[in-house]
Parts: sequence; structure tokens; C-alpha cells
Amino acid sequence: MDLTLILFIVLAITAIATAIGLLVSRNAVYAALFLVLNFATVAVFYLLLGAPFIAMAQVTVYAGAIMVLFLFVIMLLGAEKLPKGQALPWQRPLAIVLTVVLLAEAGILLFQRLSITTALSNPEAALNTEGAVRGLGAMLFSQYLLPFEVTSVLLLVAMIGVIVLTKENKA
Amino acid sequence: MNFALVVEWLIKGVVLVLILLGGFAYLTYYERKALARIQVRIGPNRAGPWGLLQPIADAIKLIFKEEPTPARADKLLFILAPIVTLVPALVITAVVPWGPTMTVFGHKLTLYIADINVGVLYIMSVASISVYGIVLAGWSSNNKYAMMGGLRSTAQMVSYEIALSLAFISAILLAGTMRMTDIVEAQKSIWFVLLQPVGTAIFLIATLAEVNRPPFDMPEAEQELTGGYHTEYSGMKFALLFMAEYDKMIAICLIGATLFFGGFREFWFLANTIFSVDRMPWLGPIYIFIKIVILLFGMIWVRATFPRIRYDRLMAFGWKVLLPLSLAVVFITAVGIILAEQVNPLWMWGIPVVSLLVGVFAIAMIDRELRRKDYARR
Repeated sequence: MDLTLILFIVLAITAIATAIGLLVSRNAVYAALFLVLNFATVAVFYLLLGAPFIAMAQVTVYAGAIMVLFLFVIMLLGAEKLPKGQALPWQRPLAIVLTVVLLAEAGILLFQRLSITTALSNPEAALNTEGAVRGLGAMLFSQYLLPFEVTSVLLLVAMIGVIVLTKENKA
Repeated sequence: MNFALVVEWLIKGVVLVLILLGGFAYLTYYERKALARIQVRIGPNRAGPWGLLQPIADAIKLIFKEEPTPARADKLLFILAPIVTLVPALVITAVVPWGPTMTVFGHKLTLYIADINVGVLYIMSVASISVYGIVLAGWSSNNKYAMMGGLRSTAQMVSYEIALSLAFISAILLAGTMRMTDIVEAQKSIWFVLLQPVGTAIFLIATLAEVNRPPFDMPEAEQELTGGYHTEYSGMKFALLFMAEYDKMIAICLIGATLFFGGFREFWFLANTIFSVDRMPWLGPIYIFIKIVILLFGMIWVRATFPRIRYDRLMAFGWKVLLPLSLAVVFITAVGIILAEQVNPLWMWGIPVVSLLVGVFAIAMIDRELRRKDYARR
């Protein structure tokens, strides 16, 4: 058994355990912290796959920025203790249906990958030719320029929206 | 995986942690002495010669102090929070080189723990995680003031992180790489502080806010929040929080020295002499130590000089001044590099000139805003 496989198994168990912890914990702060751990574990997965840029971006954006804001809101509202309250009536059947769909999708993809072994052959090779970061930047500004620009416009719109919404009334 | 390599990593890691921990102890002494001198006092002078044993006396006192846990505090997070605060402060320095590669007993020794190709990004991500410890310390104490301190620090650190990242980007652009050793080598002929003075200034200001140093030490504003997030902590738990703050200072000065002040390279007037790092590699750690001490003095000096600014003005400064200014700096740097590459290398000097003009413009705008009659009432 090589080192990568051992690492993968440990990480996989951590990822699943933290995800379950997120679902079952009745304290919102703990749930948020479990999610942070989960994001960090996923970042290490990216490192194992040879994508350090994505790994660091995952930590910075998700664990570092988004979850901090989550915690901020939870603490500011004092909403850390979840009430026992009843679930929405349609929630459980819908959840079951969606779970089945997700599992089926994952299973189909898994078997497809198993049959086509070439699909697994080093997806990051293209990115590593001239340094991962440089390659990623070149891809973003050539092949994926339109999605990139659309995303930036979306973010700009969100930023302006926030400014407009929080602007105090001059009246 | 080579066994000798693992041992080497282990030794370097332990040495780095020990340096940071010892550095913390003597940074408190350095700060107290420097503050005392600025305020025309003597400072600690009782324990040992010139008070040199003062940090050890402080440590012994803190170890033997009682450590009460507040009633209805979240025990697990209350204990975990100081650790979560300290760990990022220690691991953030892992990618920063503190000396060139040298040969010791026929073995090639590199003076960094990891040299990854996304080094700057690693620093950014660790810095963004470091806020958790403070938030959790504030929340788990079950104390209104501690919680408000924690929340303030979250807002402050998240806001200033953006300006900090953009200041990083100006250094990355100038070096053309995110690898820390290459950034140091790129400053062989000229330090980035000369090419991008405004970026450096933004970095220095934003780091003050990022490590909660005065005049941006909102989270622990004594008059408003008693002690901020560490109100309920005492003994070694408090020492850990304190240690994290000072280790962050050291780490940020190490990073600043590496990104903008030539890292472990010699000072400009020593280039091509016998004291150059190329001739004597073991001088590298000494040079970076000198640079860190100078930068730390700057931080202490700022603490002794400026009063704490009001919280809403702190946020306004971060969002309305530093963020647009740092965006402009990144833009100017990028355009300057393109012009230098395509037209004439002399355009490189357009970067500092235009940046300084924009910086002066920003200062003029702040001045105009401060002079408005109704400013004080808002």
C-alpha cells in the first residue's frame, strides 16, 4: 500500500465524518466548524490531485472568507441553538428522491470511468506544462474568457447591489 | 520518500517554531523597552541585567496563574480557541525562505521548509484562516464584550484582507511568480519597495489591521470592551493568545521583508562586495533578521505614536480608501510591466511615479474629507 492511498483513506474518512457531523450537530456554530474542516479536507484532496492553486483558493475563499461570514451571521443573530421545530412536510420525500438521483449519478459516472481507463490519465498534465498557475491563468483568459468575464460582471453587479441596498436615506 | 530528508524537515520545522517562540518572548521585551524609550521611561530593568530575564519572569508568572473557565462557557471551544489562534501564526512562515541554499558538510541545505509554487497564495489562505481563533475565543467565553471583540475583529480582518491580497498581487506581478524564493531572486537588482512604494505602504497598513496592532486594535479596545476577545482568558491560555499576536507580528514582518525589502538578499550598498549573499550564504539569515527588527520597530513606533481610530472610520478607511487605492496600484503595476516589456524598459519607472501620484491624490482626498465641517459629527 503506498503512502498516497493511506492518505486518501484517512482524508476520505475525515471528509465523511465532518460532513455527518455537520448534519447531526444541533449547534449551528459547531455545524459551521465541521463544514470548515470539511472544506479543508477537500483542499487536501486537491493537493493530492496535483492542483495546489485550486487547493489554496478553496481554503482562502471557502474556509477563509465564506465560512467566516457564516459564523459572523450565526453569532450576530445569536442563532447558534437550533430549535427542535418540525421539518417542512415535503422536505423528507424530496430529500429521499434527490439522494437517490445523486447516488445513481455517482454510480453511473463511476462505472463509466472504470470502463474508460484513459479518462483518468492525468487530467492536470495540461496545466502542469508551464507551471500550474501560469497554465490556469492562460486557460482563464483564452479558452474560458467568456465565462470568466460573465462571472466578473456578476460579482460587480452583486457589489453594486449591496452598496445600493445599504445606502442610507438622505431624506 | 527519503528518510534523511524527513529528518531534515523535522529539524528545520522545530528550529523555526523555537525561533518564533523565543522571538515572541523577546519581542515583548523589545516592545516594552522601545515604548519606554519613546515615552521617556526606562522600561523593565529589574529581572536580570537590563531586565533581560523579564520575559522569563512573565512566563513563570503566567504558568502558575489560576485559569478559571467562565460559567456556561463552551468548554471545548474555550480551550481550543487559543490553539486555533496560535497554529496559523506558526505555520504561515513555512514557505518563507530565510537564507539561500548552502552547502554544509557536502550536503545541500535549503533554508526554508517548503518551496511551493503557490507560496504567496499559501500565505493568503493561512492568513484568512487565522481569524477563526479570535472569533471562537470571543464566542465561547459567553461574555458580551468578548463576543463583540471577536465580531469586530472578524469584520476588520475580512475587510483588510482584500487590500492585503491586492498588495501581495503587486509583488507577484513584479516578480512574475508566486514562489517565494523566486520573488527574492527577482529583487536582486532592485527592491520592490522602490518599484511599488504605494503597494508596500498598503501592505504595511493592512498588516497592522490584520494582526490587530494599534492603531487598529479594535478587538481589544480596553475602554470600550474591557479586554476584547481575551477578556475571560488567563494563565497559559491567555499566554497562547498573546503569543499568537506577537508571532503574527514576526511572521508578517518576515513576509513583508521577503516580498518588498529584498528578503535574505544583502542591502543595496553591499551588493557585489564580500558581504554579498552570493559570496557568504550564511549572512542571509542575519540580513533578514536585521530587516525584521527594523520593520518591528516601525510597528512599535506606530503604536507609540498614533491614537486608536474609531471603529466605523476604520471600516470606512479599509473599504473606501485602501481597497480602491490597492486596485489602482495593481492596475498601474500591470500596465507598467506591459509597457516595459513591449515599448521601453524605462517605463518600469512609470510604476512608482504614477503610484506615488495616485497615493498623494488619495491622501489629499482624505484630508479634504477630514476638513469638512460636519465630519466630526458623523
